[in-house]
Amino acid sequence: MSLLEVNDLSIHFGGVKAVQNVSFSIDAGIVYSVIGPNGAGKTTLFNLITGVYKPTSGEIRLDGESIGGKSPDELARRGVARTFQNLQICMNMSAIENVMVGAHLRLDRNLIKAALRLPGLTRRDAELREEAAGLMRFVGLEKYINARADSMPYGALKRLEIARALAMKPRLIFLDEPAAGLNPKETIEVDELVRKVADSGITVVLVEHDMKMVMNLSDRILVLDYGKKLAEGTGEEVRKNPDVIAAYLGAHA
Amino acid sequence: MQKRAYYGLYIVIAILAVLPMVLPNSFYLDLAIRMAINAVIVLGLNLLIGFAGQISLGHAGFLGIGAYASAVLPTHFGWHPLLAMGAGAVATGLLAALVARPIFKLKGNYLAMATLGLGIILNIALRNEATWTGGPDGMPVPAFGLFGFELSNDKQWYWVVAILLSVSVWASLNLIDSPFGRALRALHGSEVASRVVGVDVVRYKVAIFVMSAVFASLMGSVTAHYVGFVTPNLADFFHSIELVTMVVIGGMASVYGSLVGAVLLTALPQALATFEGWETVVFGAILMICMIFLPKGLVPTLAAKFDKGDQA
Repeated sequence: MSLLEVNDLSIHFGGVKAVQNVSFSIDAGIVYSVIGPNGAGKTTLFNLITGVYKPTSGEIRLDGESIGGKSPDELARRGVARTFQNLQICMNMSAIENVMVGAHLRLDRNLIKAALRLPGLTRRDAELREEAAGLMRFVGLEKYINARADSMPYGALKRLEIARALAMKPRLIFLDEPAAGLNPKETIEVDELVRKVADSGITVVLVEHDMKMVMNLSDRILVLDYGKKLAEGTGEEVRKNPDVIAAYLGAHA
Repeated sequence: MQKRAYYGLYIVIAILAVLPMVLPNSFYLDLAIRMAINAVIVLGLNLLIGFAGQISLGHAGFLGIGAYASAVLPTHFGWHPLLAMGAGAVATGLLAALVARPIFKLKGNYLAMATLGLGIILNIALRNEATWTGGPDGMPVPAFGLFGFELSNDKQWYWVVAILLSVSVWASLNLIDSPFGRALRALHGSEVASRVVGVDVVRYKVAIFVMSAVFASLMGSVTAHYVGFVTPNLADFFHSIELVTMVVIGGMASVYGSLVGAVLLTALPQALATFEGWETVVFGAILMICMIFLPKGLVPTLAAKFDKGDQA
């Protein structure tokens, strides 16, 4: 059985059909990419699956369980993590605290215990800090472990988002344009990082415009255009698909 | 880095311990007590405004519930003051939760409007229910006693309030640097990101709003017993604004900023008394100047100046 199954998924904003009758399934352990021209509905699709938007119709199943319309925190409990195309870093916190927030659901969140600084809670927090530092090293942010988030450069913040998502210990991670705005050297580093994440056993769903990166990493690719599924298959299949070529290069190419 | 935040607590305790010995007369002792009471309220309010990013314009209303619970229940119903104080806090907590839940389900910052309305309603209720509350003239509050021991002079009140303040500072520092506190700051920094990592945003906003309201109610009770008299002015809109101003001037999301804000703004009207009739104008001008030159508030601005060295 597939880890994630999407059947006939649609969302309408007024008259705009941002995603229309899209179906696909993702097997556990693969890197699955979603590509398409700007405005094709890639981020909207992410927002639907991660619970930020509620679908107008259609079905989303995670491990067979229907998760369509569930709230983001309910999905987080089920091991779904994501990063954001337009950075969503908490600038009022330090870099490592941003990563520690990712472990929210694994911690004792009791208010009274926190206010009294009970030893068990403090010990667990100290362990978590170590773990978060380890994740920052994993994504290549070792020199920012003691930094404030608002003093970090853009490229580093992109990785910080990945570290935060990894702190959730997810089964499925959605990466929304992790290489957008990065220079070629940084793009190669992110490429390697995504590979490392996938190798650690997490299923990766990737939205990315950098075709070299997509072709290099993906086991399967979904192509969207105007909210509809245009094609799906391996990199080779998608590259040869005449509809895809038309969408990217213009109808008469 | 975390450890450093607690050094301030030792300084606060040291100042509180030495203060009664250096204060020249009872006027200053009274001022110190009122500063400390305000500081506890502002600490709670800053958790809501500065850390969680939610604005309340009705906190004086909650303070009023606590104050009047401590005045009305023992006077008219013979309740023990401690029980009355507890009842006020519980009632405040329930009311705050009742109001906050539906508001936080809406997107956007509607809390400010709702609390503004709530504060005004509470104030009008206190003014109009003259049979119970004495109306606009207010009413006397019985002394606070426990186990046969009665809090009667200012020295005793000072130590009670000093301990309350020290514990509140400690608890606030603990809370901020905990899973609960991080979730609170995260939903301020990026609501969508905090939801996606599993933070139940509505629950956290309600929890901190209720907590800060209960803080205000408890300190309202303390104020009532200390002063020995309550008037509806305690619960009016301008008092709410004063409390918010203390948060903003001292520094949003700063524990020690809350203390500085409370101390300065409690002292300022006294210091300006010589301007006779013009003190409100001077008060306003100082606030404006602060906002123009120190938009982040006193303590965070100064802390950033000192931090520049080790940032690089």
